[in-house]
Amino acid sequence: MDGMDEIVGEFLVESYENLDQLDRDLVALEQDPQARELLASVFRTIHTIKGTSGFLAFNKLEAVAHVGENLLAKLRDGVMTMTPGVADVLLQMVDTVRALLTQIEVDGTEGAVEVDAAVASIKAVLDAGAAPAAAAPAPEVAPAAEEPVAAAVVEAPVVLAPVVPAPALPPAAESAPAEAPTSRRTAADSSIRVDVEVLDALMRLTGELVLTRNQIMQKVASGVDMDLLRASQRLNLIAGELQEGVMKTRMQPIDHLWSKLPRVVRDLGAQCGRQVRLEMVGADTELDRTLLEAVKDPLTHLVRNSVDHGIEAPADRLAAGKTAEGVLTLRARHESGQVVVEVADDGAGIDPAKVGAKAVERGLVTADALARMSPADVLQLIFLPGFSTAAAVTNVSGRGVGMDVVKTNIESIGGTIEVESVAGAGTVCRLRIPLTLAIVPALTIESAGDRYAIPQISLQELVALDAEKAATALEDVGGAPVYRLRGELLPLVTLADVLGLASERTDGHVVIAVLRSEGRRFGLIVDRVINTEEIVVKGVGGQLKSIGLYSGATILGDGAVALILDVQALARRALRTEASDRQESRAAVTTVVEERQRMLLAAIGGGRQVAIPLDTVTRLEQVKTSAVERVGSREVVQYRGAILPIVRLDRHLGAFGDTDSDTLEVVVYADHGRSVAIVVEEILDIVDGEAAVRSDIDDLGLVGSAVFGDRVTELLDVRAAILAADPSFFSAPLTTDATTDAAGVPSGLLEV
Amino acid sequence: MTATTASPRGATEQLATFWLDGDLYGVEVEHVQEVLRSQNLTRVPLAPAAVAGLINLRGQVVTAIELRERLGLTPRPEGTDAVVIVVRLHGEAVSLLVDSIADVVDVDVRDFESPPDTMDGRARELIRGAYKLDGQLLLALDVNRAVGA
Repeated sequence: MDGMDEIVGEFLVESYENLDQLDRDLVALEQDPQARELLASVFRTIHTIKGTSGFLAFNKLEAVAHVGENLLAKLRDGVMTMTPGVADVLLQMVDTVRALLTQIEVDGTEGAVEVDAAVASIKAVLDAGAAPAAAAPAPEVAPAAEEPVAAAVVEAPVVLAPVVPAPALPPAAESAPAEAPTSRRTAADSSIRVDVEVLDALMRLTGELVLTRNQIMQKVASGVDMDLLRASQRLNLIAGELQEGVMKTRMQPIDHLWSKLPRVVRDLGAQCGRQVRLEMVGADTELDRTLLEAVKDPLTHLVRNSVDHGIEAPADRLAAGKTAEGVLTLRARHESGQVVVEVADDGAGIDPAKVGAKAVERGLVTADALARMSPADVLQLIFLPGFSTAAAVTNVSGRGVGMDVVKTNIESIGGTIEVESVAGAGTVCRLRIPLTLAIVPALTIESAGDRYAIPQISLQELVALDAEKAATALEDVGGAPVYRLRGELLPLVTLADVLGLASERTDGHVVIAVLRSEGRRFGLIVDRVINTEEIVVKGVGGQLKSIGLYSGATILGDGAVALILDVQALARRALRTEASDRQESRAAVTTVVEERQRMLLAAIGGGRQVAIPLDTVTRLEQVKTSAVERVGSREVVQYRGAILPIVRLDRHLGAFGDTDSDTLEVVVYADHGRSVAIVVEEILDIVDGEAAVRSDIDDLGLVGSAVFGDRVTELLDVRAAILAADPSFFSAPLTTDATTDAAGVPSGLLEV
Repeated sequence: MTATTASPRGATEQLATFWLDGDLYGVEVEHVQEVLRSQNLTRVPLAPAAVAGLINLRGQVVTAIELRERLGLTPRPEGTDAVVIVVRLHGEAVSLLVDSIADVVDVDVRDFESPPDTMDGRARELIRGAYKLDGQLLLALDVNRAVGA
């Protein structure tokens, strides 16, 4: 029901706007009856209203719009000419439509609004045929909607003005009829149209604000002024919300586009004799409004193509051992600051040989060149101008845009399109649309003395190896460096090498950012990880884009510019494709072993956050810094009559935490009657982690890392942390509770 | 904005001038958005040699073109800072690195001459010609080409 209301609401807003335009157009048309563009515009508007009202079962509205459309068609086709008389009945129609819309807005029905008069007078004009001009008593150009009464033209059988609250709703329907509750906002009032440029400006300013905020936060963090700190935290919060809000004004779910496709598919399927089931994945994926608009036609075309050329006729499908019903899948997702939209069918697929032959035949490519192309490259030939794969020109293909236009459209907004196909199994068209306006969470890293940003969305985890470990852990397969990540070989790429620079890391430590792109996983060796932060993606000029390594640039907290790495391009440049399938299939297997765990997220300073399995946490406490005492080299605190050894996670894990605060946030771990206090900087959240148990990275006091809520999070090795505080914790249990295992740590954590 | 609405014949043109390796160059003043002291540059690995890097222009990321490299001149001596001229072309800001900035001068188009036929190299494509000033030639830079690195 809500969905329906929403559709009706949108219909109303759109129609009101169109009607205002219609008034102006009609009057202008009267002055210049030959203006074909105006006529076409008027015709389209009425046609749209007719179509939508038919769909929404507003029959009166449809009836009025229908006769109006007939009249306009005659005008458009030159059968009749525009005269004041014709204009009058058309304006009367506009008023009637408006009255109907008002009524619909009030109670969702067409109510008792009278439409016969308007219909009749239009019909009368229509019947009078090609020469009604003389009959018109020619009241001077009615100032738009003012006097619908002038409808008494021609020998209309029924000549009453419609029973309408006559000067209906001037500019934007500001008053609903009296019987409506006055507090109710009309559809046109509750939303406004804003120039996209205004939004762009807001967006840019917000980006600036976010950057300035980052700078202030950095400065404040090092100071001691509590008021300033509080104010800056408020600024932080507000800037964040503002940013979100402004983003929202421009973002719309792709569902807005997709919602029109089921009908397209259904009708087209019926027309082409195909049985098609449409599936949509990721309909809530949001993208910028202007981009949404820009992909509308290309997407519709791809869908049409899939139904018309992709999915086979039911009989053919059955013969090929498939179900009679074909499946057309639309998928949308965010990937590396881009929106990826796929149109996939399980149809016959595209035969590269046929495509190649056709391309040669059309003179688009020479046979020689074709012979040198890979099958995947051959498929891309369908995007060349002058190429059409339709065996026969059908009603469906053969009009509208071709694949070359699809490609041009997508490229004009900085996107790319590629096609993949397996003969007999189906075709996937993949659009990549940039999100140049987006603010994305990113990991900043350093390589060869420069900082770069990697979108978090491509980032899976971070692996840090000390010199000793790195010396043995980095292996190579036929000269290609790899790292064994939980038993899987992870191909490694050194960023500095890719960039043609020399790494400045000489101490043998290796930091690997594990990245995923298009189903492939690889490790990017960087000099060091700096931070995770929200970055504003800024476009770079064409000459930098053509390098094919950077998706944009951003401005860091200190005002310096950093390049954003294009992970896809990096992968394509550095990796061969064969590895991908194998990795995906393995990944599918490993997910089975993963288990859900509740995780406590805590900040430990330096922008790092750790996850601590919640089942190892007994209590969360705050301890006064002054209560901390020293026993030998260790810190302890008296707590509930016992001495609690303290481990400061920031020191334990080598982060630079802020230890000046008065109180310590403490995670208490208790077992066998003993307790240990783990000091963190801040308790952040408790999340459901779908984290694999990762135990092969046993350095640094971590069992590995995972991404929670877009942030790289280190998984704390609780056992190691506890041992750091109390080396005898596990070896000398005070009580002898036989049921727990020897280590006293939940067994899940110790499993390999 | 309206500086060059007049007909070119006999008219004057305003050029923002700057020094580059001992020569005086000029660009149409209406293209110039602003001039900045040396900025922190973020280098762009694998970019064309003339791309000196990226600068932060009040939150906007702007590409900096090293004009010396672009014109095939010797690199700027160590220890001297470049001056940044931000030009706006087709709504997009690009910056040019030069040795130092000089005056905005009014030049008479009658003093203009096309580049000599003997001139060659990279510079030929980028220099529209020269204005014969008193005791000094002012080389008119084709900004559009200069930034098309």
